[in-house]
Amino acid sequence: MSKIEVKNLNFFYGDFQALTGISLEIRDQHITALIGPSGCGKSTFLRCLNRMNDTISGTRLEGKILLDDQDIYDEDTDVVDLRRRVGMVFQRPNPFPKSIYDNVAFGPRILGLHKEESLDEVVERSLRGAALWNEVKDNLAQDALGLSLGEQQRLCIARTIATEPEVILMDEPCSALDPIATLEIEELMQSLKSSYNIVIVTHSMQQAARVSDWTGFFWLGEMVEFGATEKIFTNPDKEKTESYITGRFG
Amino acid sequence: MNPPDKTQRNWSTFFIEALIRLLGFSSIGFVLLIFLFLLQEGIPAFFQVPLGNLLSELWYPTFDLYGILPLLLGSLLITLTAILIAVPLSVGTAVLVREAAPPWVREVLKPMIEALAGIPSVVLGFLGMTLVAPIVQKLGAPTGLTAFTGALILAYMSMPTIISVAEDALDTVPKSYRDAGLSMGATKWQTIWRVVVPAARSGIVTAVMLGLGRAIGETMAVMMVTGNAARMPLSLDSLFRPARTMTATIAAEMGEVAHGSIHYHMLFGIGLILFTLTFIINLIAASTIFKKRKKGGLR
Ligand SMILES: Nc1ncnc2c1ncn2[C@@H]1O[C@H](COP(=O)(O)OP(=O)(O)OP(=O)(O)O)[C@@H](O)[C@H]1O
Ligand SMILES: [Mg+2]
Repeated sequence: MSKIEVKNLNFFYGDFQALTGISLEIRDQHITALIGPSGCGKSTFLRCLNRMNDTISGTRLEGKILLDDQDIYDEDTDVVDLRRRVGMVFQRPNPFPKSIYDNVAFGPRILGLHKEESLDEVVERSLRGAALWNEVKDNLAQDALGLSLGEQQRLCIARTIATEPEVILMDEPCSALDPIATLEIEELMQSLKSSYNIVIVTHSMQQAARVSDWTGFFWLGEMVEFGATEKIFTNPDKEKTESYITGRFG
Repeated sequence: MNPPDKTQRNWSTFFIEALIRLLGFSSIGFVLLIFLFLLQEGIPAFFQVPLGNLLSELWYPTFDLYGILPLLLGSLLITLTAILIAVPLSVGTAVLVREAAPPWVREVLKPMIEALAGIPSVVLGFLGMTLVAPIVQKLGAPTGLTAFTGALILAYMSMPTIISVAEDALDTVPKSYRDAGLSMGATKWQTIWRVVVPAARSGIVTAVMLGLGRAIGETMAVMMVTGNAARMPLSLDSLFRPARTMTATIAAEMGEVAHGSIHYHMLFGIGLILFTLTFIINLIAASTIFKKRKKGGLR
């Protein structure tokens, strides 16, 4: 079942066209990886999915992005609600300069709690979900900026899953992390996969191969190829894809 | 690199370092000297005037009544009211200028606001007397020259500084915090009030302290608009009655006092109290900022 369907997407920063004719389907309960060289529009594409590009003035979008068959760029779309459903983890860990508890509680506090869960329970569930609970359970009042970068990134993931989004977008979530922290995040993604739909941008071919079920290869604002990760990495259809993943790129 | 060159460089390094040290220590030395002078001239007052007199409610130097409470409370009342007026207005303005105004408006407003900080206090005092005081009187006060009028002028004086520094503080909040807030599904204003403003908190505290620094020590404007009656501001309507501050008292009476008299020492004593108060406030401000920094959370 497709969760997100992108149809013929064009995106412009002013006069500069950053994305051209992108179409793909993102399946529920799967991890989709987006790879491609720097500046090819991966982040731009990701930010289209939760309309974070709206915050940049002078941008324009053509085409359709359907979330559960609803066009998120419809006039009557509630952007705030959309971003609640489509959460985002950024490249650099960006916890708020508040306590660990307040970071995780931020979303539930502004959006209101649903279900019969108390705030404490939400915080614990989210931190457990992000595999951070055991490390921080005794220091919930500690300033989040005192955590290591890897812990900060897991905190950002905890903050994101606290509001139970349906889709989680991750833009190079491991690029600021060491190999061990990277592994932790990758394991985390596997465990989150059953309940969330994850789209991850990564520069690491190995990471895409390790964690994802589907892979899209971007090049110069276009999507060259999209398919099952295994196929893309063993037997891609396009020559460009092959030269990129084998590192022969010029 | 040959040896003579090296020694020459060492000499110039030595010379520059010595000069910087001299300048640094001499400025500290001057401040210390002023403080010692203040101590020397102020301390005798507290021995010459009995405690009961000092803590009385009457300041009538002509009758040897040196109750400092009305002055102290007058200063506190006016300053606190000024803070209550200035802080929300300034922080609100800073947020508005930084977050809501289009860039070109910000570029015009910012220097204009900063220019306001340069208005001499006499001019503000004059404006207070001629413009603000009549309005305060129309509001029902027996006279226009009241503690409230003083507080308004003080608030007005400190606002440009607070706005400008607070706006800078908001400006330095990284975009990643805003992005994080927005991507969590917070509205623009939720992001501003719950993420950006708290993240700029230490900068905003600094802004308020700088603004306050100007307000507390301010003499001229306050003297012109508060009516200068040394009465205890204890009743509810005190805000709308004349009051007198410590600074105004020193300024008004220092010129006519006999050198070395009790009254003379008393005025320095008041200066000492003022100094101590300002020192404590700065200490509190510095410690909150410092605590924040130690936790690695300034940004
Ligand atoms: N705010 C912006 N204004 C104008 N152009 C932009 C903006 N952000 C990105 N671009 C341009 O759009 C293109 C795609 O950028 P994008 O950040 O999406 O690339 P990316 O694939 O994420 O690269 P990287 O792997 O380095 O993160 C680039 O050419 C970039 O210069
Ligand atoms: Mg990017």
